Amino acid sequence: MDARRREVLKTGGGVLALAAAAGIIRPGEALAQEWNKAAFETKSVAETVKALGGRGSTPSSAIEITAPDIAENGAVVPIAVESKLPRTQALAILIEKNPNTLSADFEIPAGTDPFVSTRVKMGETSNVYALVIADGKYFHAVKEIKVTIGGCGG
Amino acid sequence: MADPMRIRANMTGDKVEVKVLMAHEMETGLRRDAGGNAIPAHFIRNVSVTYGGKTVLSAQWGTSVSRNPFLHFRFNGGKPGEKVMITWLDNKGEKRTDEAVIAGGG
Repeated sequence: MDARRREVLKTGGGVLALAAAAGIIRPGEALAQEWNKAAFETKSVAETVKALGGRGSTPSSAIEITAPDIAENGAVVPIAVESKLPRTQALAILIEKNPNTLSADFEIPAGTDPFVSTRVKMGETSNVYALVIADGKYFHAVKEIKVTIGGCGG
Repeated sequence: MADPMRIRANMTGDKVEVKVLMAHEMETGLRRDAGGNAIPAHFIRNVSVTYGGKTVLSAQWGTSVSRNPFLHFRFNGGKPGEKVMITWLDNKGEKRTDEAVIAGGG
């Protein structure tokens, strides 16, 4: 966790500092909003897990991905992730064949259901991973979504 | 200034069900315009939802969240009539906060 934070500060600090200097955001806001640049630039599932502070992840049947088998429009693919793992702390959506693997990373505080539903862009048919951090350990589920018309390029 | 979010917060049993639609282009930075010039990335990077001063969800997003992002989640401990507050911040430092009153059980 410490290494992850250091990475965020190292890579994200520059941009935020520049933005703060330019008066776009006030320093207080910059500190409150971290963005893990390194994780969002990863190009594979293994790299993303590492950038999110894990050494690897274990497949788990306690994670459910709800998404269509075939997405006609890759620009809008509905994906819901639900974890039944005790002490789920975070859920992330990874799209293996997108230009950048990590799509979204959600932190789940105690009292919030380990469930999120959103919509993502997919450039082509790909495996979609739901990565879950529960009790400090990393787990995942995977589902292939076939895309008829890609939604990433132009 | 970005358009307001559309937020629905409803009690479902003892949980608050939150559904949000944000107005944002979520430009990936990978597309080119008609003249062949790269369209710069413009996307929401951080979302946080608070209730009674406590964060009930926080998210970091990349460019692959769809245009006009949709988000749905549930949390415990909310009461009808109280407010849920949602803030997003994008990569250009633009920011928007909206709130919704929690509606009674359904």
